Amino acid sequence: MANVLAFAEQRDGQIGSTAREAVGVAASLADSLGEEAHALAFGGVGLSGSAGLLGGFGAAAIAVGEHALLADYNPEAYVDLVAEHVKNGGYSAVVFPASTLGKDLAPRVAAKLDVPLASDATAVSVNEGAISVTRPVFSGKAFARVEIAARPAIVSIRPNVFQPHERSAAGTVSTFSPDVDPSSWRVRVVERRGASGDQLDVTEASIIVSGGRGMKDPDNWTILEELRDAIGPDVALGASRAVVDAGWRPHGEQVGQTGKTVAPKLYVAVGISGAVQHLAGMRTAKTIVAINRDADAPIFGVADYGIVGDLFEIVPKLTEEIAALKQGD
Amino acid sequence: MNVIVCVKRVPDTEARIRVDGSGTSIEKSGIKYDMSPYDAFAVEAALRFKESTGTGEVTLLTLGDSSAQETLRKGLAMGADKAVLLDGEVTLDGLATAKALGEELRDADAPLVLFGIKAADDDQQQVGPMVSVLLDRPCVTGVSTFEMSGDTVVCHREIEGGSEVVEVDLPAVLCMTKGPNDPRLAALKGIMAAKRKPLEEKPAIAAEARVRLVSLEEPPQRAAGRIVGEGTDAVPELVRLLREEANAL
Ligand SMILES: Cc1cc2nc3c(=O)[nH]c(=O)nc-3n(C[C@H](O)[C@H](O)[C@H](O)COP(=O)(O)OP(=O)(O)OC[C@H]3O[C@@H](n4cnc5c(N)ncnc54)[C@H](O)[C@@H]3O)c2cc1C
Ligand SMILES: Nc1ncnc2c1ncn2[C@@H]1O[C@H](COP(=O)(O)O)[C@@H](O)[C@H]1O
Repeated sequence: MANVLAFAEQRDGQIGSTAREAVGVAASLADSLGEEAHALAFGGVGLSGSAGLLGGFGAAAIAVGEHALLADYNPEAYVDLVAEHVKNGGYSAVVFPASTLGKDLAPRVAAKLDVPLASDATAVSVNEGAISVTRPVFSGKAFARVEIAARPAIVSIRPNVFQPHERSAAGTVSTFSPDVDPSSWRVRVVERRGASGDQLDVTEASIIVSGGRGMKDPDNWTILEELRDAIGPDVALGASRAVVDAGWRPHGEQVGQTGKTVAPKLYVAVGISGAVQHLAGMRTAKTIVAINRDADAPIFGVADYGIVGDLFEIVPKLTEEIAALKQGD
Repeated sequence: MNVIVCVKRVPDTEARIRVDGSGTSIEKSGIKYDMSPYDAFAVEAALRFKESTGTGEVTLLTLGDSSAQETLRKGLAMGADKAVLLDGEVTLDGLATAKALGEELRDADAPLVLFGIKAADDDQQQVGPMVSVLLDRPCVTGVSTFEMSGDTVVCHREIEGGSEVVEVDLPAVLCMTKGPNDPRLAALKGIMAAKRKPLEEKPAIAAEARVRLVSLEEPPQRAAGRIVGEGTDAVPELVRLLREEANAL
């Protein structure tokens, strides 16, 4: 029987939310196709310990390839291993996260297997045996529904969009040791740095506090940091292009057309006008809050809740109110 | 060293996108087109690379219909040396696009091929890495800057929550993200010169498209937002709404 495979990404030896989401989507596809969902992870020695939890999200079988040289992602090693596993397993579909890693890996695996890829899906379904995918195009100004006429159907899913359901099942974990030959690698990571400590990336955060040119000066970001800390963990700082181009914030934080696309639970836009290229990156956020002194700023056109006024007064007050609220929890 | 940059003609980022009556394509009238933004960053990076090494040519390559000439002329006006237009259909099957481009790149004398990380129309983020597999070349994605170091290219790459320095052997494929240098604007002199630069147009070798567009839809309008109030007085109500109505805190 053909089955559906989820690629379970790990970072620093941890299986994270993107892996759970991929398994969740694979499991719902498998339900519709009358198949089983499987998961595949690669990482350093000991990864299988944390991969077991994927069973609780619907993976009946979890294969974990462990090797010291796989602890960090390198496309040269991963592509062949994943492609081979897919080929040998005779899968009908493969689900990748559309994370930085997944966007690098999935197209290569697809090309290796000579099948197309539907990337960055926000919905996936099965109609009469055919797998179809809804994906944003024109930076979210339209959605395309496409049908994949090839097997395996390869799909990558936008992070934070799919809610994986916990199931009362357990998966079987099997660990193996793949051959890895670094002497053949044509791409070598020389250095790896965290952006600013080990802060959460905008694409992974469930809440984003984002600042624009209205912040006036890079030193003023302390008020956004205070707001972030008051809300709790799982919150990242974002930025508009104007402040990235001015050198106030790193490009890694930029949200929008030439930055990152995010779909958090809550997006707080502070001193951001809401240019169409900024909206391109955040319009699929579940709830959008705008703080801007210009009542006509386009950001209010997409914001669920807005406050008109001076951000230097409003943000500290917001921090205070949220801190008080959290204290009461 | 010769560099080829793959560029795509897409609706300008300001364009209003409307689905037409067919339900599978957009209203084309009134839309301005331009080079996809990341491709413009790639062209800028290629031109700077040529300027820093002092040798080689920058060639632009596109798959599209003859309207894409305009995009190629823009790149030539920025300073690229020549351009090739593969006449063929562009579909939502990125692998088919990669195959058409790959056919042209296979025998080209260019150790470096640059792509944008994603095209601003179909947002697939896949053609560059796919081409690298078809050509059996190493590939680095999300590159903001790169430079030669001995026989290899050293790339600065963005990853979640950080950055990487990656060394890659030539010949290589690099997929460029926004870099520190804004794409240059073509000066009048460049625009005049571009008219005399070689632009070759030839049929693409078509590959079968196995991703079929079923429908195109405009996104659901976000429900009209609400201005909670003005100034700090509105903050408690905002916090209450975020907690009780939106379930976001
Ligand atoms: C090809 C292309 C790609 C682009 N890609 C991106 C992208 O990826 N991301 C992106 O963000 N932009 C992008 N842009 C740029 C975009 O068009 C805008 O220029 C940019 O988003 C503006 O940033 P901003 O909102 O911070 O600044 P501004 O537009 O200057 O807005 C500042 C806002 O702050 C408000 N303000 C000022 N002071 C205060 C105060 N004291 N209290 C409250 N509010 C205040 C103002 O009312 C104003 O609305 C792109 C543009 C192009 C052409
Ligand atoms: N039709 C095309 N012609 C030339 N280059 C293309 C074409 N489509 C995509 N590309 C290149 O591939 C990159 C990624 O595109 P995509 O995978 O479609 O998001 C683009 O930034 C271009 O560099």
